[in-house]
Amino acid sequence: MRFEGTDTYVATQDLMLAVNAAITLQRPLLIKGEPGTGKTMLAEEVAGALGVPLLQWHIKSTTKAQQGLYEYDAVSRLRDSQLGDEKVKDISNYIVKGVLWQAFEQGKPSVILIDEVDKADIEFPNDLLRELDRMEFHVYETRQTVRAAVRPIVIITSNNEKELPDAFLRRCFFHYIKFPDKETMGRIVDVHFPNLKKDLLREAMEVFFELREVPGMKKKPSTSELIDWLKLLVAEDIPPEALRSKDKKTVVPPLAGALLKNEQDVHLFERLVFMARHNR
Amino acid sequence: MLIDFFLHLKAKKLPVSTREFLTLLEALKEHVAENSIDDFYFLARTCLVKDETHYDKFDQAFGEYFKGVTHIPGLEADIPEEWLKMLMKKHLTPEEKAKLEKLGWDKLMEEFKKRLEEQKERHAGGSKWIGTGGSSPFGHGGYHPEGIRVGGPSAGNRTAVKVWENREYRNLDDTVELGTRNIKIALRRLRRFAREGAEDELDLDGTITGTARNAGWLDIKMRPERHNKVKVLLFLDIGGSMDDHIKVCEEMFSAAKSEFKHLEYFYFHNCIYDHVWKDNRRRHAERFPLWDVMHKYGEDYKVVIVGDATMSPYEILQPGGSVEYANEEAGAVWLQRMLDTWPRAVWLNPEPERLWDYRHSIEVIRTIFANRMFPLTLAGLERAMRELNK
Repeated sequence: MRFEGTDTYVATQDLMLAVNAAITLQRPLLIKGEPGTGKTMLAEEVAGALGVPLLQWHIKSTTKAQQGLYEYDAVSRLRDSQLGDEKVKDISNYIVKGVLWQAFEQGKPSVILIDEVDKADIEFPNDLLRELDRMEFHVYETRQTVRAAVRPIVIITSNNEKELPDAFLRRCFFHYIKFPDKETMGRIVDVHFPNLKKDLLREAMEVFFELREVPGMKKKPSTSELIDWLKLLVAEDIPPEALRSKDKKTVVPPLAGALLKNEQDVHLFERLVFMARHNR
Repeated sequence: MLIDFFLHLKAKKLPVSTREFLTLLEALKEHVAENSIDDFYFLARTCLVKDETHYDKFDQAFGEYFKGVTHIPGLEADIPEEWLKMLMKKHLTPEEKAKLEKLGWDKLMEEFKKRLEEQKERHAGGSKWIGTGGSSPFGHGGYHPEGIRVGGPSAGNRTAVKVWENREYRNLDDTVELGTRNIKIALRRLRRFAREGAEDELDLDGTITGTARNAGWLDIKMRPERHNKVKVLLFLDIGGSMDDHIKVCEEMFSAAKSEFKHLEYFYFHNCIYDHVWKDNRRRHAERFPLWDVMHKYGEDYKVVIVGDATMSPYEILQPGGSVEYANEEAGAVWLQRMLDTWPRAVWLNPEPERLWDYRHSIEVIRTIFANRMFPLTLAGLERAMRELNK
């Protein structure tokens, strides 16, 4: 199995190599990168390209490692016991399978996405070490060991909010998705808007990259914001000329709200435009 | 195989482990990478480097180690320079050899290249050096500035070299840049969740235990929700020598403001004396006596002081030493009082750490703070947050 990018996802050479290393050696792949560079998308695309099911596990600050394996639903057992339900006699009726268990029992390759692992408690990755390493775990309630017949491909994303423990990192492949350069960005846009007018795209990209260069920006616009913005430009049928007057930097680009998500950034930008206008 | 490379990375202070190195070898064995140096570069990076802040260090180390090498030992036959020279002599006639001495190396390369192109046909398949296929170092078209090799035009080759020679990840290195987002992440180390306040969440485990104890009759237990309960007091030096550091302080401040629910900030100038202020424009009209501040905010507040600590030592040690007014008690006394009130305190200094030893006032404040002074870089900030969390 090899991943070569897809029709809807542009993977750079280094990213493809990292994914293929993870597939071949059956180790987890940890993906980091600026928000909006397609970390979560990657897992979906890998699953799609390889034609295997995708199991997603979105992590929150309250998520426990155990929830990915299984959960013992004590409350419904308690309720059933008070109602005198027959089910109550078998504890396995109250074991709810988690994402990892579901993947392990597939019997064929699958992709597990552990999304935003850094949101969870600091101990979370450590609690999953053995499970991800050996791809097996023990269910204490029913005294059985669940083992993966075919090791799933594990893709883990992180937004860098917490540092991950070394022991965990050593077991993963790591890839940092760099912000795409102009050429790659062109390919990404091509994939999303195959019929976009060339000149509109060129103008839009120039405005976009210039905006990213504005010093002091709190949240630089990212790929997903560019795509949203283009969507709006296309929907509103804005002509390429409108993106740029002859005199550079003296207009706020139309629909800039799609690119700048922070009111301080909008103010900053407007101030810069204002200053540029008065320097004439 | 590649052990020297591994040791080289280690010597360059990259946190690489044996396990990761073995993974790399395993990946090579499984032919994850094709036989090109950029594939190898990406593969080595994905196996060995687990943090983008180390990418730059890795690029440098990699560049140093593989300088001029376009093929990896072990993946491809490596060609020592000596062999090439020998080989070249074989191709040259005696007259040319004589000319060679006069021409010098660069010119020679041109000659050699020409010669090889002429002889390409004859040697294809014959010698193992000048074989067919893209991987031969004598393939036509390419040119490597460092080596003696007439490098193969392997397609991706340039791109990777570009990456590590350009050092694109330089500003991800945590000793350099401090963007708002980075600061936020560093500050997040300080988050500590605890249950506090009204009991409004069902404590499932408690309820089950309670119910079991009650022999099956439901016994609902509630508990308070988890909150980030870190409280921070921020003191910012403003004006004078701090003007050089306005940008980094602004970033630090805006990041801190959005990160903590309980954040109070005050300004001071050079050193903290008996009062601080909140609005720099009205600093003479609206003052907050430090005593009041110390009484109002309890010892569970963590204190972060941002200042360059660059002043005359008198401003710290002498009563009346302030540049602005006659202070009754010395700055050192006030700083000590602050440390007594808030034992969790750090001083962040935007001046580069290497300059600290040359400034007497920095030394003085560091002594007062028992070495809890950290540079205002990402790495420094992390060290500071770790100190505060102790």
